[in-house]
Amino acid sequence: MMRYFAARLAWALPTLFAILTLTFFLVRTAPGGPFDEERALPPDIRRNLDAAYGLDQPLWVQFGHYLARVAHGDFGPSFKYRDFSVTELIAQGFPISAGLGISAMALALVGGIAAGTFAALRRREAGDRLAMAAAVLGITVPTFVLLPFLALVFGVYLKWLPVAGWEPGSLRYFVLPVLALALPPLAVISRLTRASMIEVLDSDYVRTARAKGLSPAAVIWRHALPPALIPVAGYLAPALAAIMTGSLVVESIAGLPGIGRYLVQGALNRDYTLVLGMVVVYSTLLILMGLIVDLIFALLDPRVRFRA
Amino acid sequence: MSGGWWNEAARRFGADKVAVAAALAVLVLVLLALLGGALNPNDAQALDWSRIATAPALAHAHWFGTDRLGRDLFVRTLAGARLSLSIGLVATAVSVGIGVSYGAVAGYCGGRIDQLMMRLIETLSGLPLIFFVIFLTVIVGNSLLLLFAAIGAVGWLTMARIVRGLTLSIRQKEYIEAARAGGLTASRIVLRHVVPNLLGPVIVYATLTIPQVVLFESFLSFLGLGVQEPRASLGTLIAEGAAEMESAAWMLLIPGAFLTLLLLSLNLVGDGLRDALDESAHVR
Repeated sequence: MMRYFAARLAWALPTLFAILTLTFFLVRTAPGGPFDEERALPPDIRRNLDAAYGLDQPLWVQFGHYLARVAHGDFGPSFKYRDFSVTELIAQGFPISAGLGISAMALALVGGIAAGTFAALRRREAGDRLAMAAAVLGITVPTFVLLPFLALVFGVYLKWLPVAGWEPGSLRYFVLPVLALALPPLAVISRLTRASMIEVLDSDYVRTARAKGLSPAAVIWRHALPPALIPVAGYLAPALAAIMTGSLVVESIAGLPGIGRYLVQGALNRDYTLVLGMVVVYSTLLILMGLIVDLIFALLDPRVRFRA
Repeated sequence: MSGGWWNEAARRFGADKVAVAAALAVLVLVLLALLGGALNPNDAQALDWSRIATAPALAHAHWFGTDRLGRDLFVRTLAGARLSLSIGLVATAVSVGIGVSYGAVAGYCGGRIDQLMMRLIETLSGLPLIFFVIFLTVIVGNSLLLLFAAIGAVGWLTMARIVRGLTLSIRQKEYIEAARAGGLTASRIVLRHVVPNLLGPVIVYATLTIPQVVLFESFLSFLGLGVQEPRASLGTLIAEGAAEMESAAWMLLIPGAFLTLLLLSLNLVGDGLRDALDESAHVR
């Protein structure tokens, strides 16, 4: 178990280095630079800017400097947001993105498991059919259609919630983005839960539990739900990736100043250091969370737990 | 894999009402996208200054209304759908081509080569590929062809995995042994005897890849990293609509509904095909 985990960790570090290298050279070979504006800069100013940001040195020297700085947690100055370092921007945006992602993940898990269990208990009844039709739709509607649609209904027409924007400390601005981010994985989780729950409910040990007179609630909570959740645990890593990808559009649409919006803005502005910093942060998060999720999966499933 | 097997699959697909309805919907949407401008007198790029941001109505020629610049939304939505669909098809073809050859070679060779090739796939699937595609589109800029290739090149991993698994089991079959005993070269065995037997699952997965690619392209275009003005894709139309929704909701709702319907019916057709081919596999 620990050895498996250590092996995964040892594989993650070279992967991160590969990501860093690849993205650095990809961005640097891209046409267009951060100082390309409508009006060309005078050559002297251009030269001074390039020198100030180290852009006049050979690529591999720049790469060496970059690696050394990243190792110290310093992603350099942002090219577009002149007064901020990339590290500052990440530190500013990260709590917002993390709050958004964690709330969406929690909502997707709780809502999806509840809906899936409900549908499995009412198999082939109207409630089941309705829930599963909604799930098909939930899987299909893209986040970037869903969020503007929700904002139109609840923000523009009903005026219950703000259409977009952000105020420190106000949760109202989070409701629609979290909902839009959570619904697609929620739909998938409800389908997974329903399928495995139906299988578990038909199993011999659930029949035994029922036969010995346990209450229906005890049968479901104690005996049916834990094994039924194993496929859901296997879906956690893809769900995480879906939420992190979705946060790019959700933050851009809702105007939340999280790291996803900085990544998109950085790509549009060719803000080299910002994009690189964001990709390093996103990749690290994705890889680390993948590890943690695998660990949870292993703990949940005795077949995995006792094999090693 | 005889003709009877395919007939059986077709019969099962025909009996699946949801799948048939979805297939019809796909047909209608694709025809609409192909005919596009021919159905309506307006041009996708023409500006109608007399009708800027007008709501949909049958009274004037702009059935789906117009956008901020007075361009007809009916024609633009269909033109966008055509572009999104062609990107979906080309990128799927690219990912099928790479995935099938990679998977078949890995599965047929087996042993160390297989392990090495699968390790590469594992590493690639561990990477957050979406960020690489974002980079590629920043670098590639407006070249549509490279956008096709970039999306397709990212989408082949799952296909390669599926094909490799199937090839491993096909490799054990007697007819492959017979072909080998008959002195055929490895490349000929893979091409003539392995790949044709992969056809069913490959078709199913390819059908399911098309909506994924369409979604991905729209996602990139929505963010401003894919298709660029003045071309329209469903993603760029939705982005424009989202910006204008408070005064002109139809600009968001029409391309949004079109994309959702397209993805939904493509996914349902894929699911139906999978069920039909799976069931027939059991019968066989």
